[in-house]
Amino acid sequence: MGHFVPHTDAEIDVMLDFMGLSSLDELFAVVPEALRLAAGVGDSGGGEPRHLDIPDGLSEPDVAVAMEHLAARNSVGPDLLCFAGGGAYDHEVPSTVRRVAMRSEFVTAYTPYQPEVAQGVLQTLFEYQTMLARLTGVEIANASLYDGASACVEAVNLAAAATGRPVAWVSRGVNPNWREVMRTFAAGTGHEVVDVDLHDGVTRWPAGTTDSATAGGGQPGAVVVQYPNYLGCLEDLAEARRVADDHGALLVVAFDPVAAGLLHSPGSFGADVVVGEGQPFGTPLSFGGPYLGLFACRKEHVRRLPGRLVGETVDTEGRRAYVTTLRTREQDIRREKASSNVCTNQTLIAVCCAVQLAWLGTTGLQELALRCARGARYTREAMLGLDGVEPLVGSPVFREFAVHLPVPADVAVERMAEEGYLAGIALGDDIGEEYGEGLLVAVTERRTRDEIDAYAAALEKVIR
Amino acid sequence: MTDRVAAGPAAGGKATSAPIMGRDEEPTLFELSSPGRRAWSFRTTNLPEWDAADLVPAEHLRAEPAPIAEASERDVVAHFTRLTHRQYSVDLGAYPLGSCTMKYNPKLCDDAASLSGLTGTHPATPAHLSQGWLELLADLADRLCRITGMHDATVQPAAGAAGELTGLLLMRAWHADAGRQRTKVIIPDSAHGTNPASVTLGGYETVTVPSDERGCVDLAALRERLDEDVAGIMLTNPNTLGLFEEDIAEMAAAVHEVGGLLYYDGANLNAILGVTRPGDMGFDIVHMNLHKTFAVPHGGGGPGAGPVAVSERLAPYLPGPLPVRGDDGAYQWVMPERSIGRVHSWHGNSLALARAYSYILANGADGLRRVAEVAVLNANWLRHRLRDSYDVPFDRPNMHELVVSTTSLKKASGLRALDVAKRLLEEGFHAPTVYFPLIVDEALMIEPTETESPQTLEALAQALERIAASPEGAKEAPRTTPVGRVDEARAARQLIPTWDARPLPTGDAAAERIEAPSARY
Repeated sequence: MGHFVPHTDAEIDVMLDFMGLSSLDELFAVVPEALRLAAGVGDSGGGEPRHLDIPDGLSEPDVAVAMEHLAARNSVGPDLLCFAGGGAYDHEVPSTVRRVAMRSEFVTAYTPYQPEVAQGVLQTLFEYQTMLARLTGVEIANASLYDGASACVEAVNLAAAATGRPVAWVSRGVNPNWREVMRTFAAGTGHEVVDVDLHDGVTRWPAGTTDSATAGGGQPGAVVVQYPNYLGCLEDLAEARRVADDHGALLVVAFDPVAAGLLHSPGSFGADVVVGEGQPFGTPLSFGGPYLGLFACRKEHVRRLPGRLVGETVDTEGRRAYVTTLRTREQDIRREKASSNVCTNQTLIAVCCAVQLAWLGTTGLQELALRCARGARYTREAMLGLDGVEPLVGSPVFREFAVHLPVPADVAVERMAEEGYLAGIALGDDIGEEYGEGLLVAVTERRTRDEIDAYAAALEKVIR
Repeated sequence: MTDRVAAGPAAGGKATSAPIMGRDEEPTLFELSSPGRRAWSFRTTNLPEWDAADLVPAEHLRAEPAPIAEASERDVVAHFTRLTHRQYSVDLGAYPLGSCTMKYNPKLCDDAASLSGLTGTHPATPAHLSQGWLELLADLADRLCRITGMHDATVQPAAGAAGELTGLLLMRAWHADAGRQRTKVIIPDSAHGTNPASVTLGGYETVTVPSDERGCVDLAALRERLDEDVAGIMLTNPNTLGLFEEDIAEMAAAVHEVGGLLYYDGANLNAILGVTRPGDMGFDIVHMNLHKTFAVPHGGGGPGAGPVAVSERLAPYLPGPLPVRGDDGAYQWVMPERSIGRVHSWHGNSLALARAYSYILANGADGLRRVAEVAVLNANWLRHRLRDSYDVPFDRPNMHELVVSTTSLKKASGLRALDVAKRLLEEGFHAPTVYFPLIVDEALMIEPTETESPQTLEALAQALERIAASPEGAKEAPRTTPVGRVDEARAARQLIPTWDARPLPTGDAAAERIEAPSARY
């Protein structure tokens, strides 16, 4: 049995006695007899009486052994050196982040509904919002959403509400998992998600307003593009802005916050909404979660901003203080009229992000982006030097790129795993048929020249 | 005091003795920034040191670095550590927030979720090289199904609200497959706000059903609202008043009669672990808040996890891919036959799922039932204890939480629920949930959870009694916290969502800053 209930049996008896009860079972007299499980334990085999049919509790060290056993059956670190990205990147998580963001005051706090005792979380979120606004180049950032996919969904919902047009043109260069999530939730909102094809790795938008019919659906309320896109290519955001303007749509840019260390901000190209995946800042790969949905927008859309927003104010004595604000947007007040249902978010991951960004600082972020780009350039050149390896697209890339191999990409991934490498992600047809054979490779600041040379040597062997 | 539990040190339950709550303002990171300082360090890679201009086409390259801050490691650590000293948390004291289940988070779960074999796995790792993760997620789903009496589950939804919307999309897909056009979903007037918000995003119209004088769904009113347009009903049981919906079997039969589905909002699952199961009550879809019931720490607002379990007939529609054990014992990713599609970028909030899994392993069937028993014991004890000092609008056996009200106190002395909440902060406790559920005037919703000791409950009760007995000064509370009552109206009226949006001493410069930050970055 777990040992997290402090009460002794004697204390329980005194409490029951105070209420005129003689057993814990009597507390559940309000539950109809026919619905009640028996107080027994262990496997019941499905017959009556029913019990909670899971094993009894384990001691702390026994749980640790069980968890270590599971953990040992995943290949990580040097056993499977990571060259995969696709929305999850193997960046350094410094001790500062692990030790500071994981302090129990951050970890075990609740949503800051009582600001007088939650200034720690609130100020950290305020600083996070500030840093994210600076990185995205738009004025308002929220206090986090679940992940990159949910941020895209909320962006499309915001754009549909702002323009009154429930159609989103979504580049096939946007992360395919995120696009799938957008389609899943569009089943409820009734929004139309229209795929826009790529040409040589970058989005080929329908040429004029008349072309919107050929893209399918009506006039778009949102034009959604990723920068750099899923294939690592640098999209032309100025053109995407023109396309959005032609249709009176909002421009939604899914950006890479690491690349933002070197690239122009989406806001400087006129993005209305900027979303992204914040995992690269302070969160390990973690088998995909919990990650961090980045969401920022221009200030004219603040009343439609999904999720929580922290603002600066003062207390009764005029001291600087922080509080969640514009709360009337949120579901607990607006209920069925709310534009988003998000309540629990990813605050702790936003705290990790804030601490990591503080650790990187202005110069570190620039250096990080530069190192990723150098690693990608070196790896790409090493791979293209191998017989039969060709670039999948010719467009400029940043820190991630796709190549065509002489063997199917999934086979290469399989064989490279035996050599100790997660070689990348085998692309699927969802990006476009011509990209279906590609291998998507990502390089972070953690990969050294020796590691990359050895990776290329292993690849040469497995594609021979 | 002898007829209760002897008052004693409220070990772990009360924060007044803690050396926190220094009242000095902490400057922002941006004010602490000092040009030239740095904390970062990276691996020595021996890669060619190409310039940015060699790597990035000129039209994409930013002219100036994105301004963050410039600070040393010592600056960063001191800054955020000082901020933690201005923050209440479960590890510091009790958090009797109704409907939030702020129980103690066992430390073994932190360590379980920190194992490098779990944190280091890329989510696109082939299944045969991430068998530990697939087994963990599959076994967690299996145990959650056994706990709730359901058939199959997805662990993808990242939070309760995401689980709700997933459930509504399952409802929609199921009806659509049978060619039924349903438009409405019924929700009690005591429901959480996420329910109606999710209903709208699921493409349905909310129909509210009132509560009766017992505080439960009015069965007759429910029957009046049931027709062939009803896709289903969303219920929390026990409900947000902490009361068990005793007519649940009749409600289930009535909803099923018109071809509707029953959705179980698992916000209050903590009350019934090992005691009864939503599946036995007739529910078709269940979401669980692992950050409530299964002790995943709330992290200041998240991350949580909101797995969704369903009955057999809805299993083919679950989001996927799902980890499934094959005949050879190996796990594979399998997309359910008629899946509504992905609801998460990857596999869900995996490390939060690992925490919950380790919590379930540690508690087991016996421990989980003990959790429910003591959670309900604590809440009922508090109801008995507080009925002399506060109104108890529904003074009958409750489950894991109770709702009291200051209606009488407000008439007598002007003491409002919010004042009680703020005074309680001075007493070293976090405040209960206030003004919810909406159907109770001046509501204080108290959920002590099973992890607060009898001594802590006694200290909490005494603090609440003191506040009721001496309401003077309550409007000025809290006075001992890092800041006093904050001006929420000003925050909304004069929005300052970032450091850069602050008004500067010179008005023109401030306006420019707010108007055009993108021009600078």
